[in-house]
Amino acid sequence: MMNAFYAIGYMILAPFLGGLIAGIDRKITARMQGRVGPPILQPFYDVLKLFEKEKVVVTRSQNYYVLCYVVFMVFTGALFFSGGDILLVVFALTLSHIFLILGAYASNSPYSYIGAERELLQVMAFEPMIVIATIGMYMVTKLAIPKGSFYVSDIASLTIPLILYLPGIFLGLIYVITIKLRKSPFDLSTSHHAHQEIVKGVTTEFSGSTLGRIEVAHWYETVLLLAFVYLFFSFNPLMGVIAVLLVYLLEIFIDNNYPRVKWQMLLKSSWLVALILGMANIALLYYVRGV
Amino acid sequence: MPYLKKSPWIIHYDASSCNGCDIEVLACLTPMYDVERFGIVNTGNPKHADIFVITGSINEQNVEVVKNIYHQMPEPKVVVAVGICATSGGVFQECYNIKGGVDKVIPVDVYVPGCAARPESIIDGIVKALGILEKRKEEHMKKAVEAKQ
Repeated sequence: MMNAFYAIGYMILAPFLGGLIAGIDRKITARMQGRVGPPILQPFYDVLKLFEKEKVVVTRSQNYYVLCYVVFMVFTGALFFSGGDILLVVFALTLSHIFLILGAYASNSPYSYIGAERELLQVMAFEPMIVIATIGMYMVTKLAIPKGSFYVSDIASLTIPLILYLPGIFLGLIYVITIKLRKSPFDLSTSHHAHQEIVKGVTTEFSGSTLGRIEVAHWYETVLLLAFVYLFFSFNPLMGVIAVLLVYLLEIFIDNNYPRVKWQMLLKSSWLVALILGMANIALLYYVRGV
Repeated sequence: MPYLKKSPWIIHYDASSCNGCDIEVLACLTPMYDVERFGIVNTGNPKHADIFVITGSINEQNVEVVKNIYHQMPEPKVVVAVGICATSGGVFQECYNIKGGVDKVIPVDVYVPGCAARPESIIDGIVKALGILEKRKEEHMKKAVEAKQ
């Protein structure tokens, strides 16, 4: 019962929270660059404006794909917040991104093509680390529950501090979350800051309300990813919230300080991080604690 | 609700400007003027843009380019011609390759004169364009309702 309550809470509140985070992000970014910056509610103005604009459609199917992207993103988050299987959460998240990529391919524009290819590479870079993270979490639950569990509800109700057992995986996860948050060293596919490099990457051919939907889905995703970070500190909610805030602040800092890398560097570095930090963490856990 | 006014996204195109006005347009984005505090974002994509900012006069080669960008922008949209060359052709008016101001090719809503136009006057011109953008939206909505009937 409580789980369904959390899931519905996420569906309703996540866009507001995500939009607010985006607004604060833009404000802090502006301050870091010595500017005044837009109002905190600016992302909401942007999206509401997009819903007022004309919708230019290149291929009909692209709207269908974007709708699937939003629906699966909400589904992924709802699954996470209802305490569902974390493996399913990870693969549902991938599925939703695949729909966005298909939408970009469907529009047949060279810029969306490059954007979609880069988005695929980003998914490839993100995936190993997040799968290792779920395995790490499963191993820690074995210390408390005899058979172990992949369920978010079981992981969240652990009284042992997850972060002390999985410090390497935590650092690795912060590294790859930069990709999903579309932050600077890895904002290859949407060209978030370099506005003119590949025009707008995956979102080039989307306009009006379709673009608004993509933006809202991104807010849902931000909240989901930050909840993932929170999971490492779920033994102490206050500490968890502080950790999430610090992680996001660090992401903004990285965003403003590092230039964009090529996709080769993206793939190499994130797989290396997954291999070294992630696998070493799991190996240590296996040999030291015998789980 | 007037959300259009609060988040105008711009596409900037250099027709055949001497780069003077372009630099002034970019100056608007710097910490000194920071147009993002009005929600103005410089996108490189006509499909995301609300305001078309053109610098420089139109020459025979870029007529099609300007038309193409204009038609790719979703309604409601406005055009701002920045600099004296964009408004009338300026000193290049009589050149063999110059067609004249931007209004020879697409309808222009706001003219920002100056050589080069100062950042303050560019911001002023864009704020003027926002009022027109709101009116356009109402017209566009009326048309959409009529089309449905």
